[in-house]
Amino acid sequence: MKLDPNKKLDIKELLQDLESYRPRRRGWHWREGRNKNRKIGDFEYHETSEGLKNYIPLPGSRGFNYIDPQPDCVVTTEIASGRFEDDIRRMRMAAWHGADHIMVIRTMGQSHIDSLIEGTTQGIGGIAVTRKQCRATRKALDMIEDEVGRPINFHSYISGVAGPDIAVMFAEEGVNGAHQDPQYNVLYRNVNMVRSFVDACEAKKVMAWADILQIDGAHNANATAMKAWKVRPELMVQHAINSIFSRKVGIKPENIALSTVPPTAPPAPRMRIDLPYAVALRDFFSEYKMRAQQNTKYMESDMREATVTHTLDLLISRLTSADIQSTITPDEGRNVPWHYNNIAAVNTAKQALNGMDGLREMVKLDREGPLGKEVRELKERAVLFMEEILETGGYFKAVENGFFIDSGYYPERNGDGIPRQIDGGIGVGMIFERDKDYFAPVSVHYGYNNIPSEFKKASDAIGNDTFEDPSKIIYIDELDEYDNVNTRLADLEKYYNTNTVKPEVEWRADGVVATTIFLPLDERTAEFAAIKCGEKLGLEDVTVVHKQALHPSEGTLVEIKGKVIFDINVNELVIPEKVQTLSEEEIREDISAKPMFVVAATIGNDEHSVGMKETLDIKHGGIEGFGIKYLYLGTSCPVEKLVDAAIETNADAILASTIITHDDVHTKNMRKIHDLCVEKGIRDKVMLVVGGTQVTNEIAVEAGMDAGFGRGTHGIDVASYLVKRRREKHSNEN
Amino acid sequence: MAVKRADDYEIRRKHLAELSDEELKKRFWELAEKIVDPMLALGYKNTTPAIERSILLRMGFSSLEVKPIVEGVMRKGLMGKGAGNVVWRLSKRLGVSVREAGVGLAEGKYWDDVDALF
Repeated sequence: MKLDPNKKLDIKELLQDLESYRPRRRGWHWREGRNKNRKIGDFEYHETSEGLKNYIPLPGSRGFNYIDPQPDCVVTTEIASGRFEDDIRRMRMAAWHGADHIMVIRTMGQSHIDSLIEGTTQGIGGIAVTRKQCRATRKALDMIEDEVGRPINFHSYISGVAGPDIAVMFAEEGVNGAHQDPQYNVLYRNVNMVRSFVDACEAKKVMAWADILQIDGAHNANATAMKAWKVRPELMVQHAINSIFSRKVGIKPENIALSTVPPTAPPAPRMRIDLPYAVALRDFFSEYKMRAQQNTKYMESDMREATVTHTLDLLISRLTSADIQSTITPDEGRNVPWHYNNIAAVNTAKQALNGMDGLREMVKLDREGPLGKEVRELKERAVLFMEEILETGGYFKAVENGFFIDSGYYPERNGDGIPRQIDGGIGVGMIFERDKDYFAPVSVHYGYNNIPSEFKKASDAIGNDTFEDPSKIIYIDELDEYDNVNTRLADLEKYYNTNTVKPEVEWRADGVVATTIFLPLDERTAEFAAIKCGEKLGLEDVTVVHKQALHPSEGTLVEIKGKVIFDINVNELVIPEKVQTLSEEEIREDISAKPMFVVAATIGNDEHSVGMKETLDIKHGGIEGFGIKYLYLGTSCPVEKLVDAAIETNADAILASTIITHDDVHTKNMRKIHDLCVEKGIRDKVMLVVGGTQVTNEIAVEAGMDAGFGRGTHGIDVASYLVKRRREKHSNEN
Repeated sequence: MAVKRADDYEIRRKHLAELSDEELKKRFWELAEKIVDPMLALGYKNTTPAIERSILLRMGFSSLEVKPIVEGVMRKGLMGKGAGNVVWRLSKRLGVSVREAGVGLAEGKYWDDVDALF
């Protein structure tokens, strides 16, 4: 199966022959071609990696010939819709924007299931991580990485009471990265602590064999603590425990990544708090990798605010270091992430990292001042924390005494940590001491193993295990007759490969749309008025996803979501045919044979000049490049002056630019140009062309123009039109 | 039990004050190693149902098969031998494939034979 950019990924085809699909590779992939300067477009970049074969660049790249520099670090996106068949489409979109680490969130409660689960049941806040879902997703990602031209890392969670089971399944199915941190089980999932660490030994050993990159779970302390910046010393301790534990089990340091989050967000003076922490961490953990996560702790429903916080997170990444830049969707404070917000988050990272390329060559951290002092203090506090763990009698005793997630700035203690008992929690009493003749007949194993002397290696006893001979893997398709991908696909049959479409944000045809509304009302009244607006617009299940008072009585911004109840048949749409431009040569020949002169200006009280200059200027591929001569009258040009100039210069055409649309001033001005030209007797002779971001050809023609050009127009579009229109007029005259 | 304590950092840090940054880092990692060594030792000498299931998975059994096998091994008090060991020894005793022995156990067969394995 190979992907065609112009065709949707066929889920049914993807699901075929899944039982025999094998992942093409194992292990983590860092971006290629880092640590060297690279010329991309007009610029030299110092912190990029190899570019993509297929991509969608940032919108602003229009001014830079559509370049799409790929930062040097791996960029993560987290996907959690609960239906893997919809997640896969989102992964493909995210990959085109630059994500190469796709993290799949698990369905609620999976960490407490003492077994692997199977099939494709629908999840809540994530998918059920099963062999089938992993295999189908890895198969899709194998195709997607061919399409974009860069390997993609697939990632999920090896935690809970089935850690070793999941580690084995991930190793067999080519999963490339995973969260694994026994402390997470203990503190947040109340899994028995001995069980959690013993399980982790085997799970980590398997991860080491499969070359799976590990991310720890320390960032959860940020999210749990009331004052996240107070737990910085503890975070360093948690990172250290998992890192050294993993290393001693056998994971190589370059596959051990710290999940680190800048702990605060504005309005806190975050640079003074978060930057020293980032520096202290990178000093102590210089042998390990940094997975820079974004702050969610102080995230509300305002996507603009979240994006600014995340941009500052990225500044910290660039001022220090990040091997993996994780992204959080700006709508995470509202709902389970929507398709386009994964892309928004990836683009925030790409945009900020591009913009800060090479920053450290010019800006150095000054350790002589308050930064150095703060860094040292954080490190000492972390060391003191560990000293007290040992004085208390070790890790388990420390956990029993509520050492962790205490909101005090260690050594301060507020007595509100999360205590767990060594003989409590899920899976307690499930620890069995290995006898002298204990034997595990597998090729990868942690701990005591009494391999019978007749075998060179343990798995010889069974004639190789699944790691050595993947044909031994037993694949289970579905266990639930009703809750599976096939029934979901059947239910939505009319939206697959048909002409019927419905808006969506998460799942195919979920019907959800969002609308932004300003109401000149107080916050509470506005909220209910906005819901009424949604209902009157014909939406169902209308809810408010964000509101912000702009003034106690003058007005409130409200964003609502709701479901549309109709389908669209794309065959019934009236779509004007896209105009084909003449070739550059043809335009040049025409102009050379018969010169053309135009007058141009931004009309009305409008100071926007970029669009018009790009349309005219030879440097930007404007009409000048085709030999058309012009007179540019600048911005805020009165309509009368423009028409008079056309008469004086005997121009073939008037090009008018208009951006401002307030009170329909743009169409009024178009009408005025037309009327003036009629009045002065030149309308038949002169071509009238208008352009602007809100202009369409239909609006312009309606207002008396010959043609209108909107967003994304290039000089060649205008030049081609002028030549064609002149030919038309000429043939009409004859 | 959880304690309440004012920030006594300035007092506690006295023995660290003279350490260089490199020495402090070295101390940090020495302490970290000391903390995790007992957990590694526990992992060395113990097993769990999840570990045994993961071994059976790698021996070519499905998730549906490994669960009843491990539960049976626990009932027999043989976790200390290893569930994979039980299946392997059973296959030798019965003269059948490892897969056949394990599937039999998962289906509730052969458990009487298991008693004679150790």
